[in-house]
Amino acid sequence: MTAAIVADDVSRTYQLDGVSVPALRGVSLTVDPGDYVAIVGTSGSGKSTLMHLLGGLDRPTGGTLLIGGRDVSTLSPDEMAALRNTTIGFVFQSFHLLARTTAQDNVGLPLVYRGVGRRERRERAATMLERVGLAHRITHRPNQMSGGEQQRVAIARALVTGPSVLLADEPTGNLDSATGQSVLALLESLVDDGVAVVLVTHDRDVAARARRQIVMKDGLISETR
Amino acid sequence: MRLAEAWRVALDALRANRLRSMLTMLGVIIGVAAVVALVAIGTGTKQQIENQVEGLGSNLLLVVPGRIQAGSAPTSSPLTLDDIDAINRVVGDRSRVAVTIASGETVRAGSRTGFASMQGVLETTPTVFVRNLDRGSYLTRTDVSTGRRVAVLGAGLARTLFADRDPIGRQITIGGVRFRVIGVFEPLGQSLGVDRDGEVHVPVTAAQRLLGTERIDGIAIRAPDRDRIGDLSTAVVAALTDRHPDTDFSAVTQEQILGVLGDILGVLTGVLAAIAGISLLVGGVGVSNIMLVSVRERTKEIGLRKAVGARPRDIGLQFLLEAVLLTTTGGILGMLLGGGTALLVDRLSPVPAALTWWSMALAFGVSAAVGIIFGVVPAQRAGRLDPVVALRTE
Repeated sequence: MTAAIVADDVSRTYQLDGVSVPALRGVSLTVDPGDYVAIVGTSGSGKSTLMHLLGGLDRPTGGTLLIGGRDVSTLSPDEMAALRNTTIGFVFQSFHLLARTTAQDNVGLPLVYRGVGRRERRERAATMLERVGLAHRITHRPNQMSGGEQQRVAIARALVTGPSVLLADEPTGNLDSATGQSVLALLESLVDDGVAVVLVTHDRDVAARARRQIVMKDGLISETR
Repeated sequence: MRLAEAWRVALDALRANRLRSMLTMLGVIIGVAAVVALVAIGTGTKQQIENQVEGLGSNLLLVVPGRIQAGSAPTSSPLTLDDIDAINRVVGDRSRVAVTIASGETVRAGSRTGFASMQGVLETTPTVFVRNLDRGSYLTRTDVSTGRRVAVLGAGLARTLFADRDPIGRQITIGGVRFRVIGVFEPLGQSLGVDRDGEVHVPVTAAQRLLGTERIDGIAIRAPDRDRIGDLSTAVVAALTDRHPDTDFSAVTQEQILGVLGDILGVLTGVLAAIAGISLLVGGVGVSNIMLVSVRERTKEIGLRKAVGARPRDIGLQFLLEAVLLTTTGGILGMLLGGGTALLVDRLSPVPAALTWWSMALAFGVSAAVGIIFGVVPAQRAGRLDPVVALRTE
């Protein structure tokens, strides 16, 4: 079984006005299929930077990072885009749904960049919305849905391409605790299906539900539980 | 991303901001409409003048003493009616040769007074030029050979002197000398800025006696066909130079007049189109400006699209199409507006306008090109956005 993501001594340094600011200073970590990992840490600890790297949104300035078995340093921007499309699903704290666009078309968006036709996109999106319990919300727009429903739409969008890793950045941060619990339950059900779920959170209770916790501090992994 | 999908996304984005899209388009609409309308007016004016020159008659050759040159002083004419006999021998057909001696004269009928351009002419004038009579008859060969004091009035002059009464058979005085009205021309309007309805035609012999001169000012010859104009011109100028070795003679054809006028009007139309083109350019800058705002506004959307797999070129294409859609829609609306304006101007004002397909095609093409050119920078900027930065934008 090949690992979904392998990070080996990965670092990321930003150049701000000519000054080098290290955000990650050598992080090694493996995410296997069906893994359930929480990355925790205070703001500025490097956990967001790590998530961007794991999701192929950014490239490391040092070390080796394999996503889906491919070394990201060898990939062109277009190949990175394709890698994100096929391998990674993102869930954000603020949902990032397109306003004025129905739940169905929001969920189908990643398939647009795969050249899937409109009818098939809508079919697959409908199936996915059904899976997250929103079959009755297919034609609703984000502003017609509750926060919990919007996050479920976002999860459906992340899953529609059949990714091997789902990266969730504070997925319950904008939700009340009951709604947050049900969203977490939905994410955990994916783990059973073999999807690796990586949660980034500063909420200890949320992190405690994961199988592994990685605590970030000053750009390094300070503790693994 | 499929192209059809990109069009749909661009259209949705424009629909989401209807007012802003309309206002942005307005710049392009006005620019294109201005180009189409002004070119139509320029073209219409050119056609009208060409029609006026051609309306004088066909295959005309005008012969005058001196050189035809802008700014040269008029030369006093050495031509007399004897020269016409020589020209008649060259042309071989008396009915194809017309002469003129012109003078501004006061014309009276009873208590009414008018100022007219008196034209001393031969009876051949209606066969050389296009001049139709409304009533009465034109001068005869006998009128010319005997110097009879008869006159044919322009429509405007007839109205000035006689109002609604029938002028035929009535007496008028031209420069104090009595003439009898035998005919009235059909209204002709202006040609080349001269009011043709204010003329009075009298026999050239009578005009010469009135003015106390033997001279004639100019000669017009109608060639049997277009191909003969050149040869005729050379032969006539040679015959006249033979008789008056000290004088230069110029012969101009309608084509030459049209050529000069056409060049001038072509330049004018070009200048008008260029000025209108500048407003189209300004419209394009407006499109660019709004597209940059649009990119900034939708930074989060761009970040998300990139996160789910959009390539830089997918994002760039989306914004480029948006700009092109703005300018081409504006271009089509501008063509309709400009075309409508031109038709209204043509219908409701004395200014003629003629729509040309090339000005419409040009304006549309330029507006589409403006969309591409001014859309590229915002599109590239959108395509290059770092998804991490874009997603963080609030």
